[in-house]
Amino acid sequence: MADYEIPKITGEDGIVDVPKIVKDTMVGSGPWISAPKFQKDMHFATEIEQSEDGKWTLIPNWKEAALEKMDDLRGRYRSLQLFLDICVKCGSCTDKCHYFIGTKDPKNMPVARQDLLRKVYRRYFTFAGKYFPKLVGATDLTEEVIDDWYNYYHQCSQCRRCSVFCPYGIDTAEISMAAREILNHIGRGQKYCTQIMGKVYTIGNNLGLPQRALEDTLEGLEEDVEEETGVKVAFPLDKKGAEVLLITPSADFFAEPHVDGLMGYAKVFHELELDWTLSSYASEGANFGMFIGSYENMRKIALRIRHAALDLGVKRIVFGECGHAWRVAYSFLNTLAGPFDFLDPKYPVPQHVLEITWPALQEGKLTIDKSLNDDMTLTFHDSCNIARGTNIGTEVGGQFDLPRNVIKAVCNNYVDMNQDAIKDVTFCCGGGGGILTDDLMEIRIKGAQPRMEALKEVTENNGVTHMAAICAICKSQFTKVIPYYGFSMDQIVSVHQLVSNAIVLKGQLTEEELEARDAAEEAERVAEMEARKKAAAEKKAAKDAAEKK
Amino acid sequence: MNALGLIYGVIFWAATIAIVAGVAYKIRLYWTIPAPLKIPTMPAPRTKGGVVFRMFKEVAFFHSLFRSDKLLWLFAILFHYGLALVLIRHSRYFMEGMGGVLLFLQPFGKYAAFAMIIGLIALLARRFMIDRVRYISAPSDFLMLVLLLVIGISGALMTFVSHVDVTAVNSFFISLRTFNFSGWNLPGDPLVIFHLTAVAFLMIIFPISKLMHAPGVFFSPTRNQVDDSREKRHIAPWAAELDKQGVDYLHELKK
Ligand code: HEM
Ligand code: HEM
Ligand code: SF4
Ligand code: SF4
Ligand code: SF4
Repeated sequence: MADYEIPKITGEDGIVDVPKIVKDTMVGSGPWISAPKFQKDMHFATEIEQSEDGKWTLIPNWKEAALEKMDDLRGRYRSLQLFLDICVKCGSCTDKCHYFIGTKDPKNMPVARQDLLRKVYRRYFTFAGKYFPKLVGATDLTEEVIDDWYNYYHQCSQCRRCSVFCPYGIDTAEISMAAREILNHIGRGQKYCTQIMGKVYTIGNNLGLPQRALEDTLEGLEEDVEEETGVKVAFPLDKKGAEVLLITPSADFFAEPHVDGLMGYAKVFHELELDWTLSSYASEGANFGMFIGSYENMRKIALRIRHAALDLGVKRIVFGECGHAWRVAYSFLNTLAGPFDFLDPKYPVPQHVLEITWPALQEGKLTIDKSLNDDMTLTFHDSCNIARGTNIGTEVGGQFDLPRNVIKAVCNNYVDMNQDAIKDVTFCCGGGGGILTDDLMEIRIKGAQPRMEALKEVTENNGVTHMAAICAICKSQFTKVIPYYGFSMDQIVSVHQLVSNAIVLKGQLTEEELEARDAAEEAERVAEMEARKKAAAEKKAAKDAAEKK
Repeated sequence: MNALGLIYGVIFWAATIAIVAGVAYKIRLYWTIPAPLKIPTMPAPRTKGGVVFRMFKEVAFFHSLFRSDKLLWLFAILFHYGLALVLIRHSRYFMEGMGGVLLFLQPFGKYAAFAMIIGLIALLARRFMIDRVRYISAPSDFLMLVLLLVIGISGALMTFVSHVDVTAVNSFFISLRTFNFSGWNLPGDPLVIFHLTAVAFLMIIFPISKLMHAPGVFFSPTRNQVDDSREKRHIAPWAAELDKQGVDYLHELKK
């Protein structure tokens, strides 16, 4: 492990005390910059050059371009114009950001983060800022300001915790998205995001898994499930005429514990005899266009789902476990890629996989043996994008209840973390919003502190052994950073992994039957080996005999 | 008409035009700029009525602030409720005679000045004392509180210490309102002049300052949107244009 200063967690009450500010603890050059070849695919500015020492220039007319983009955005997004205008600097949000708590850097206080942009907005677009800049804290747009933007707008996971506590609902995520969109257009795109989105455009998913690789992976999963249960559960790909199109984050295809979640969805669908399919063309749930504030690119990716649905002729669209994916799906998909009048109007578009699993559990359509999860005591991390950006089901607050209901229906031991760290005031995992990249490891580790503290408290006081998550990025982030806090990676589980553990499929073999099957297979294998050996020996003997002659 | 009356008559008409036109301009902006995506802070109400209730809780009780910081909430309530009562009581300067409710509120308005002033002093103190709040404060943030304190204290001095000719002020503002120039007479009491100068300044800066939070809060998309994105398609005109022309990028749009 690299040597970062890892915040200390105490396990006392589950909440980190608000720190005193310490300036500039996180100054830096920000994440890796997107090279022209990645910028090009996004239709972003490309006229940048790298010098000998690796530094990238901005585009030649960067200042005009930045101000022009800011002006354009404030005319298209009311949130931006309004939020820049009406903040009263009350400070209510200042202690609410996990990155501020974990780093103590005052520029990570939500309002201070907004101010990086606001001070430029004021300087060029408001009366007070034009004529009395010092009075209202307005400043000129300089390269140093751009550097600060690039650095600190990539220390925001757009989790919206600040917006919960702001008396006007000012959402720093909106500001950081706008800032990143301005940066995109002056040659400061972020490599991690643009490169990934480029892969979606050319291949269909963030990981760049082509159709063949996907097919192999799914076949492998089919074999794994059969191996474990004796039941052939299908993982269909590009199946025309299926009823349900499943859109899931591509991490579900192989990362741990994501893939166990995917097995869970497949088992549920199998039990319900749902005719479903994945699509290789739209094999990605997580839409990174949101992170970089690019409506156009977000829409372009979302439209792939529409096209896949039309092409395969499905009736319903269902999303797997992913926070960002679900925010774009629940809140934006209808806007970006609707209307979905060609789908079955009986179902909401899109649906969350929990909206299938929970009713099925309620109606007793799934056979569950809760004791199969008795080796664990669970808690649940409310993914911020799901908690504050979406709903699940039809009731207000369903995004909190459905995952908990499902966990409790398949596990005997469940405990919630501190009330101030869950549900709508949940802390982000620290890796969301396009910063799940190794070049931002330090902020990821420090930003996880509030969640780690809450987890530590329930592990010490309530014997919690595992934390379930419902977002691909949360899962990846946690498995990577929790070792720094003294936990182990396998303590993170998918919600549908728990379902997968506890579900008893129709025709599933019991432990003994599985053993018997394995023993029989083994015996068969041994017998075959023997036979082969014998045949070889006979052949050799015959050959020897022939040679002797 | 006296000289003071003319000067302050002009100032107040100018200030009135500034605040009305300025606020109207900003409201028009907030009204016309679309919110292209559904971004209510969830969990959000599923109906319009629910949104009205949510907004009411925010405006009348500062609900989000209450969840965040109880002490700040207390100061904020002291100040704003004090201010509201004071302003209601002030309606008497602009009309002849008063209705029942206004008459009833008069004495409360009088003492509300203390709530307002105490609230303001507390708000100012925390701007100095809490390191996080000090860090985010520009000079204007301190001065805004000072300005309101100046108005509040000068007003309270008039009410409780050195009484002024309220009837004269009353008839001055009525004649301002009715353009009855012969009545443009303002008593030369320094406290009145002080109070009114500061008030006129407040009115002028209102639309170009953070005071726009008062009308602005109603337009906040994170608070005023209904959670119905799956049922109703929400789309901004500029985004609909992409659909219509079948292109991916705004720069590809034909005008
Ligand atoms: C719809 C009406 C209004 C609402 C809902 C509202 C709400 C709020 C809230 C929640 C705060 C943050 C807490 C605080 O710092 O006190 C605030 C701050 C403030 N409000 Fe208002 N307000 C309204 C009208 C006004 C008006 C009419 C004025 C003045 C003429 C005003 C002046 C201020 C000032 C100066 C602050 C900043 C206080 C500070 O510096 O700490 N507000 N307002
Ligand atoms: C054109 C507008 C205004 C006029 C003509 C005006 C006039 C006056 C007068 C004549 C008094 C003394 C009342 C008395 O002796 O009983 C007073 C008191 C006061 N004024 Fe104003 N004022 C105006 C605006 C404001 C504003 C905008 C504020 C607050 C931001 C304010 C705050 C106060 C306070 C706190 C008092 C003392 C309490 C009270 O008597 O209500 N005034 N004002
Ligand atoms: S959106 Fe989240 S990460 Fe960004 S400033 Fe607000 S609390 Fe911090
Ligand atoms: S809580 Fe809202 S109004 Fe207060 S400082 Fe933060 S962003 Fe500004
Ligand atoms: S990864 Fe999870 S917790 Fe982190 S920002 Fe995304 S949804 Fe929120």
